[in-house]
Amino acid sequence: MSAQVAIRHRQGDFTLDVEFTAAAGGVTALFGPSGSGKSSIVHALAGLTRPDQGRIVLEGRTVLDTRAGIFVPPEKRRAGLVFQDARLFPHMNVEKNLLFGWRRSEMRASAPDVSRTIALLGLEPLLKRAPKHLSGGEKSRVALGRALLASPDILLLDEPLANLDAARRADILPWLERLRDIARIPIFYVSHSLDEVARLADRVVLLDAGRVRAQGSVFDLLAGLGAEKPLGAVLQATVGDIQDGLSTLLFDGGVLLATEVGQPGKQVRVRIGADEILIAREAPKAISANNILPVTISNVRLDGMRAEVEMHCGSARLVARITAASVQRLQLKAGICAFAVIKSVIVEGG
Amino acid sequence: MPFLTPDEIEALLLSLKIASVAVAVALPFAVATALILARSFRGKALLDGIVQLPLVLPPVAMGFLLLVTFGTRGGVGAFLKDHFGIVLVFRWTGAVLASAIFTFPFQVRSIRLALEAQDMGLDEAARTLGAGWFDRLVNITLPLALPGLVAGAITAFAGALGEFGAIITFVSNIPGETRTLPLAIYTALQTPGGEAEAARLSALSILLAFLFLLGAQAIMRRATAKAGR
Repeated sequence: MSAQVAIRHRQGDFTLDVEFTAAAGGVTALFGPSGSGKSSIVHALAGLTRPDQGRIVLEGRTVLDTRAGIFVPPEKRRAGLVFQDARLFPHMNVEKNLLFGWRRSEMRASAPDVSRTIALLGLEPLLKRAPKHLSGGEKSRVALGRALLASPDILLLDEPLANLDAARRADILPWLERLRDIARIPIFYVSHSLDEVARLADRVVLLDAGRVRAQGSVFDLLAGLGAEKPLGAVLQATVGDIQDGLSTLLFDGGVLLATEVGQPGKQVRVRIGADEILIAREAPKAISANNILPVTISNVRLDGMRAEVEMHCGSARLVARITAASVQRLQLKAGICAFAVIKSVIVEGG
Repeated sequence: MPFLTPDEIEALLLSLKIASVAVAVALPFAVATALILARSFRGKALLDGIVQLPLVLPPVAMGFLLLVTFGTRGGVGAFLKDHFGIVLVFRWTGAVLASAIFTFPFQVRSIRLALEAQDMGLDEAARTLGAGWFDRLVNITLPLALPGLVAGAITAFAGALGEFGAIITFVSNIPGETRTLPLAIYTALQTPGGEAEAARLSALSILLAFLFLLGAQAIMRRATAKAGR
């Protein structure tokens, strides 16, 4: 099952006009700068706003069809929404907050399932606490649990980490990864953080000024994005044997080496910065970098003094940011074979 | 209370009874009115004006109006008597009606302020969790507005204890039935040598009002601390 979305809505000067789909059991990131329409889409999905025109089908159930006059209100929509500011009920303790949606759900999760969700999010020690005695990260986890326990058909996360500092964010991300791996419902994740999207999402809907600029797999779409620290590649890899104290990471296109990251067989996600990739026309010898991948250049984009070189290694897409002068000197162009020298990789467990 | 005569105790208890019933009867209407006024709609200013009217209306004039309307020969009064056997005029229930009307604005204002200060985001959150309109009212909106409800009720109660003009005009000054504290003070002053009694009752009234004020503040503080805001 899946979610199909088509929305057209005008609000003042802003026009939202989007169409996309999401698969079950996967995270679809709605990614774009602020004002691109991310939150408007989430509110429309939850039923908190009623678009001028549109059709939304969740798990085969039409919850909005303006042409047919269908509008399922939020309380009947079974769309779990986790707000940026958590929005826990201040007059209820954590346990009552968690069970608020569960009590009202038509398909109540069984008691063991409830306990499992509470355990998954590490909430047992917090159950009797009042929301005001929780840290920001704990509030996010309770909000997540509360939405999950209502047995929703779809889970909407509206920048759940935006209000947290870097340390708290690092606390929460593993919980979200666990959630992603066990949830059987489509998850929409709204974010303007490239790193979060690269780490969590399976699919990405790129939004800009109320339009869908692109949509596709996180591995294809993210490389090359980002202004300050552009992303060079996002790869899914399997941890292999340990060689010389380094873990081998097998991906579709070759093998990467990284400092030890865990047991063989484990699935990990690898991120490489676009500034961390060098290009060589010949296989370099006697070089400190551990990772040198043979690649085929598929595109070269010049932008003033800078250049973005797009390459493929197997099905993996890599983008390096180098100077226009280097492109000239090496005579890089689409179709030629070269070597990508990777200075460093970031590995995150999945 | 050894320093109060039986008549004075009777006036005190009657006052407490009338004020508490008046507040309780008016409360649901005040909540409904405040819920309406917390939204924006056409004609809001008009409804707001009508609700606030008792604040500026001369109580004696209002008492007269009630007498004409609810007297046994008045339109509504005759209807109530013939169909339900309810008589308000010259009864303590009439004093309840007069007190409820005059303290209604206090309750509405306090509840409305609490509702308007409420974070609508919590209401949205409850909706996405499957709570319908009434469910949210009972489990989210009203519990969060509780400090406002309590503060409004206490202010109204204190105000009802002091109501004089409308009561004496509408339901007269009958010992044990409609002679509340203010009316007892007035009666004492009309009686030669009644100054001491009037002074005692006045002191009692002031003390009561002060206690309720303190109580309201304490409840507000506790409720605010509990809500964590």
